[in-house]
Amino acid sequence: MIVKGEYMNRNLRWRVLLTLVVMIVALSLVLPSVPGIKNTMLGKILPDTTINLGLDLKGGIHLTLGVDVDKAIENNMSNMGQDIKSTSREDDLAVLNPSLLPGPRLEIMLVSSAKQERFEKLLSKQFPNVKVDAKEPQAEDRVKYVLSMTPDYKKYLAKLTLDQAVKTIRNRIDQFGVAEPDIRRQEDNRIQVQLPGLTDPERAIAVIGKTAHLEFKIVDDTVDPAAIKQGLVGPGRELTAMIQRGANGSSSETPIVLMKEAVMTGEYITDARAAIEQNNNQFSVSMTFNPRGAKIFERVTGENIKKRLAIVLDGKCYSAPVIQDKIAGGKAQITGRFTQEEARDLAIVLRAGALPAPVNILEQRTIGPTLGQESIDAGMMATGIAAIAIILFMAVYYSTAGIFADVVLLLNIVLTMAGLAAFGATLTLPGIAGIILTIAMAVDANVLIYERIREELRKGVKPLEAVDKGYSKATLTILDSNTTNVIVAIILYQFGTGPIRGFAVTLVLGILMSMFTAIFVSRIMFDLYMSNRKADAPVSI
Amino acid sequence: MSISFIKHETNIDFIGLRKLAFMLSAAMILIGAVSLVMKGGPRYGIDFAGGVILQTKFSGPTDIDKVKKVLEGANLPGLVVQQMGKEKDNEFLVRTSTTDDSSASIHVTVAKALDEGFGNDKYEFKRTEMVGPKVGEDLRGKAMEAMYFAILIIAIYISGRFEHRWMAAGLMAAGLFAGITTLQYFHAPQVWLVFAALLITLGLCWFLRLNYALGAIVALIHDVLITVGLFSIMNKEFDLTIIAALLTLIGFSLNDTIIVYDRIREIRGLKTGETLPVIINKSVNQTLSRTILTSGLAFLAVFSLFVFGGAVIHDFALAMLIGIVVGTYSSIYVAAPIIISLTPPDVEVPAAPAVSGKGKLKAKTA
Repeated sequence: MIVKGEYMNRNLRWRVLLTLVVMIVALSLVLPSVPGIKNTMLGKILPDTTINLGLDLKGGIHLTLGVDVDKAIENNMSNMGQDIKSTSREDDLAVLNPSLLPGPRLEIMLVSSAKQERFEKLLSKQFPNVKVDAKEPQAEDRVKYVLSMTPDYKKYLAKLTLDQAVKTIRNRIDQFGVAEPDIRRQEDNRIQVQLPGLTDPERAIAVIGKTAHLEFKIVDDTVDPAAIKQGLVGPGRELTAMIQRGANGSSSETPIVLMKEAVMTGEYITDARAAIEQNNNQFSVSMTFNPRGAKIFERVTGENIKKRLAIVLDGKCYSAPVIQDKIAGGKAQITGRFTQEEARDLAIVLRAGALPAPVNILEQRTIGPTLGQESIDAGMMATGIAAIAIILFMAVYYSTAGIFADVVLLLNIVLTMAGLAAFGATLTLPGIAGIILTIAMAVDANVLIYERIREELRKGVKPLEAVDKGYSKATLTILDSNTTNVIVAIILYQFGTGPIRGFAVTLVLGILMSMFTAIFVSRIMFDLYMSNRKADAPVSI
Repeated sequence: MSISFIKHETNIDFIGLRKLAFMLSAAMILIGAVSLVMKGGPRYGIDFAGGVILQTKFSGPTDIDKVKKVLEGANLPGLVVQQMGKEKDNEFLVRTSTTDDSSASIHVTVAKALDEGFGNDKYEFKRTEMVGPKVGEDLRGKAMEAMYFAILIIAIYISGRFEHRWMAAGLMAAGLFAGITTLQYFHAPQVWLVFAALLITLGLCWFLRLNYALGAIVALIHDVLITVGLFSIMNKEFDLTIIAALLTLIGFSLNDTIIVYDRIREIRGLKTGETLPVIINKSVNQTLSRTILTSGLAFLAVFSLFVFGGAVIHDFALAMLIGIVVGTYSSIYVAAPIIISLTPPDVEVPAAPAVSGKGKLKAKTA
């Protein structure tokens, strides 16, 4: 008997020690998140973990972007058509009218049917990513080819497009200056962007969602305005909208005829800055090209003196100044009566590069900082009141045993918060709801045990034995019932978006911690309480 | 000094009340179903239907009718304006439906109308949310999928854990998987898939005699249907947080059910020779004080969230409150009694004659 008692005490000592260690670790994880502690002496020795707050609590913008991968593949196919044409020419083969078919497929015409074999050889050698879907002899000794991309190449292109889009968006956001942005790829060609602290979704979308495909095109001023009205602009020309801004910020669009083929694109830009215009309060964007771009720009401007050069961004012409002279030095300017903010944002997207495909905004959620703070306050209030109500109830209903349950309940809350900090999980408003639910579930474990002990006591079992039986019998039940809650929480995590995930995380953490606190820690308290009494002294439960 | 609500072991004849309970449940489900049919399905929030919401706070006293009038001029599709919180908060929820990809610009249109009607320094958007129709559709599908997986995994878990029939549980999973894959092959719509999944699960549980799982699942479906029905009657919107609440209440209701099942398993293990109805009644009675306590405390906690948690989480808390009440009821009156209705008498080892007065039971033991 004495031996057993000593064994139990030693066992108890270890269990107390373990609990203390867990508590110290938990507190050191949680305390850095408590406002005001970070800057004290204590804050300096504590680890650098803080609980991340979700966008719904700290305010910010959540965007889901859909990348139009099909468009990128189409563009690539159409470029490939031009490539095939020029490569064939170098090889002394004449290929006409590459044109895009839905699919996307490419239709091209080979002049002279005798050269079929040579052309096909060239295709397989230089363009291994296309395959011939059909060929058909045509009049005038021509052969019509229908080409398509290999599925592997399409997949590769899709991946490349998405990679590049993520990279470009990240680049733009970095330059925009957002603290801790979160950019991640999702299934179905989607990108999720989280921008904590930002509150103007329009501006964020303008910076992130702009394709920023910059082209320089020569203006054709010879087309008759009447013909423009009818849309008759002639071969190799295109009708584009020219944006004209009034001094007061109003804008209108007028048609302008441009040569279809761009003389240069934005890919040579190395730098872009917002600059204030000299004689008014408006801003423009000045660009610097790399040496190759500078050379092209010099040649293009030299060849087109006295003509107008249109600066086309995402299909809209912003300005079309007359080329006075050959421009060397690799600098150009976009003027368009921009505001300072617009010019700054445009400079960012030009610097960061164009998106490989257009993106659509599929989902946008913006939480203002006031609402976030209100949610935090309301959540804290609700948690506090729920906790106090339950703590009071337990203490009254189970007296001493109830106070044990209350102590482990508080420990459970600290441990759950510590878990959030340790795993770098995010606390959201539904997450706070999860903590409140966990409070109820954590006491449930104690309720199960205590009711069992009471049941045993009613049967006339001696107190010490009743406590023992209560714990051992209820433990399995607690495990069983909690398992289903964990299963549900994991499913929630799998399907949920940000805030819901926060809920699932706190729920799982809370349940796991409650197994430790309610079964293990509360037992220690009971053992300590029982160790100094006679076996048949009544228990306060 | 401590208190207890239930001083001695109670002996309420829950099983005897089960017919009444079944009728009550059926009536509740029916009322909800009628409301759902009359309103043309659940009222989806923007998470599922797509659309735009703008939580707008005005700096001074503002009349909801004026807000409506100002916005009606802007020609917004499916415009709804609701007061949020208390009247003195001057806060309104502006909601519009979506027209494909133009949703991003609705925000600007609303801002412009409010600028003209009130002046641009008189209000702020505390929250703007835009969900495109495609994302809404995806989220709806995902929510359905989550419900279905929750029910499937729970069925497997309960069958394995309480009847030691992991094989049968595995068989059920395989059967379900086969059925759903076949339907997917024919491109059946998501809603049908979930219904089919439920029917297959119930059918397989029935066929494989997984009675505990069947009882638990019927109880869960019962809880979800009643909550959804009540939400429809109260004209509340369904969004992601409500789905989260539904899943959580599934977990919670199941928690109660398992406590009862656990006790049934324990008493059956004692081999007292009692009949199943007696065992079940005993189990429910013995766990009653715990059930009431836990549900009461959970209700208390969620009620605090409902009252103090703010407008954003209000409906979530409401769904949970309903769920806790319905879930507790179903654990006592639905999940356990169903086992009796399903179990053929020869499964038990009955030494004493049946007390529930079921003719079939008596005939077998005689």
